[in-house]
Amino acid sequence: LLPALTPSHPQGINVYVGKHRSALVRAGGSLAGLQARLREVAQVMSFTASSIAAALSDRVPDAQLSPDARRNLKSSLGYEITFSLLNPDPKSHTVDWDIEGAVNRYVKPVLDKLSLVANFSVDSQILYYAVLGVTPRYDKESSSFILSAHSLPHVINPVEARLGSSAASLYPVLNFLLYVPERSHSPLYIQDKDGAPVSTNAFHSPRWGGIMVYNVEAPAAPQASLPLHVDVDMARVMEVFLAQLRLLFGLSREEVPPEFLLESPGNEGLADWELDHLLWAHTVENIATVSTTLTSLAQLLDKIGNIVIKDDVASEVYQAVASVQSAVTQLSLGHLHAAFQASKEAVTSSERAFFDPSLLHLLYFPDDQ
Amino acid sequence: FQDQAEQFFRSGHTNNWAVLVCTSRFWFNYRHVANTLSVYRSVKRLGIPDSHIVLMLADDMACNPRNPKPATVFSHKNMELNVYGDDVEVDYRSYEVTVENFLRVLTGRIPPSTPRSKRLLSDDRSNILIYMTGHGGNGFLKFQDSEEITNVELADAFEQMWQKRRYNELLFIIDTCQGASMYERFYSPNIMALASSQVGEDSLSHQPDLGIGVHLMDRYTFYVLEFLEEIHPASQTNMNDLFQVCPKSLCVSTPGHRTDLFQRDPESVLITDFFGSVRKVEITTEALALARDVAGFESKFPEEELATEPLKYAEQLPVAQIIHQKPKQKDWHPPGGFILGLWALIIMVFFKTYGIKHMKHIF
Repeated sequence: LLPALTPSHPQGINVYVGKHRSALVRAGGSLAGLQARLREVAQVMSFTASSIAAALSDRVPDAQLSPDARRNLKSSLGYEITFSLLNPDPKSHTVDWDIEGAVNRYVKPVLDKLSLVANFSVDSQILYYAVLGVTPRYDKESSSFILSAHSLPHVINPVEARLGSSAASLYPVLNFLLYVPERSHSPLYIQDKDGAPVSTNAFHSPRWGGIMVYNVEAPAAPQASLPLHVDVDMARVMEVFLAQLRLLFGLSREEVPPEFLLESPGNEGLADWELDHLLWAHTVENIATVSTTLTSLAQLLDKIGNIVIKDDVASEVYQAVASVQSAVTQLSLGHLHAAFQASKEAVTSSERAFFDPSLLHLLYFPDDQ
Repeated sequence: FQDQAEQFFRSGHTNNWAVLVCTSRFWFNYRHVANTLSVYRSVKRLGIPDSHIVLMLADDMACNPRNPKPATVFSHKNMELNVYGDDVEVDYRSYEVTVENFLRVLTGRIPPSTPRSKRLLSDDRSNILIYMTGHGGNGFLKFQDSEEITNVELADAFEQMWQKRRYNELLFIIDTCQGASMYERFYSPNIMALASSQVGEDSLSHQPDLGIGVHLMDRYTFYVLEFLEEIHPASQTNMNDLFQVCPKSLCVSTPGHRTDLFQRDPESVLITDFFGSVRKVEITTEALALARDVAGFESKFPEEELATEPLKYAEQLPVAQIIHQKPKQKDWHPPGGFILGLWALIIMVFFKTYGIKHMKHIF
């Protein structure tokens, strides 16, 4: 707590939340006001009723959820991140992007910090002659091409078919696309609902990924030879992609009161308390998933009298129950990392038990046959 | 206001899947394959990628020796529309289209060795379209002329999907005789079902093509396809219009539908909620601030390649040696159990026949 008259912080900011686990609160006024402010800090840095509902979003009736509850990625053991460069006009642009360097320099620190949460694998590709599904409109005032907000949902579809995914892994895929518009459609800007241009020139889709439009400056000399060589400014691109990654994971908190100032996490991508919040949300989601999985497995066994449970399925069930009990205990004690590990083991065991190929009810001659 | 209205009517899904099943084989069931491929084509046109479509066909039409136009499957008379094309990806073909595989795809109880393209990797925010066609009866659907799936099994499979939240909303369309019997037993929430005919009615086929020699499509799917051809990814047509497709005057049978398990009003459900793949997007308003002059992580492996030995053709076992090998002398082993047992049997029979007193001649 700081006394009220500290001049070092800008006016109007009463709480400064650091990037580890601390916050500076400006005291002043009454004790009740201080209490309210502290409660707000706790809500931002820790959890609220709505974040609990969000973590359990697939089992809570839709009416109780806030709009951004449905957008976060589900808790999974791993994620695949794919960076794609789309060059629809290779005759005019030869695009070079140092994706490996950019991943090492900017993406790896963030993923290393997130490695507690899940395994990440990163790959990249370049697609030629991949056009967007929408023809942009020409705007005379700004002499540029515009993609309006309501046409954005249809942009992704034609590209998605060509994106591909790894055949071996079953993890959810996050696609980050960098689109270099054709020379005939340059420069291309994205407009939001009010018609204002978007500063990042990017948009994202929940549980899918993000797209950024990278405009190439017109060549200085009008007689420049085609194709133009383009060196992509990877730092600018990664700033947008990593911001989208934060949004997809639900790390950015929407409901921050205006008098709060959050310290920028810098190259690590996320603050320690944000990582704690993510671990906590995933732990809660995992525990809920395990309990419903095991309950429905028990109901299946009740329904089909002669189903055969193999020994390894039984041992997975026992392990799942033990792990989830341990996770709940650890969570109540506040040992977040141990609780998360236990919940991950519980989910793995319960999924293996539920989805075991031998439990197909067809194999056990349901009563109607 | 516009925002609120949009949010109210919009479904809560973030991705779309389609499971399209043709349960018949043999040349005279050409129309069922054409049905399924027409729906496949529409669904791809409206945006669902192959990675999100599980297509199960017997796939014995295009290259069937009786097909006068090889490598094609037509859905219109006068061969206007070739639905087989060159980018059809069949995930389960021929003998893999079984009731067991179909139920495994739906419930996810699939062997770990199954490749990604054969799996239904849906989650709690997936809208799934399931289309089935073939020969059916009251409460069952025939698979490949050798087995059946009953409406109870199908309802149970959907319940298993719901328990694991493998779908957000499900649209089930069936084009068989007595198709409405297949959706009678559903009891899981968020399912909408359409069928081409009621219990006791047959679904009829549309038109024979004299050049190919078989009926090309079934009536219900033919009119559904005509309806879908008018739909593009941005259209706002809703499900009530789909229910009106193929009235009794055109279809001869009475198409039916079931919406009591579905939470939203069918009028607010867009066709593209199930047949297309329109994603919700949000504008990214802020970017992170990254420090530019950061040293990169040391890559784990040094840049220079270690010098490796030049590879050369390995010497194979010389063929001459193999051909002229002599058989190895086998070591002598005492007679095994079988031989001993055989001798014991012979001796026992001998003594039984001729009596014990002859034993003294042996010993």
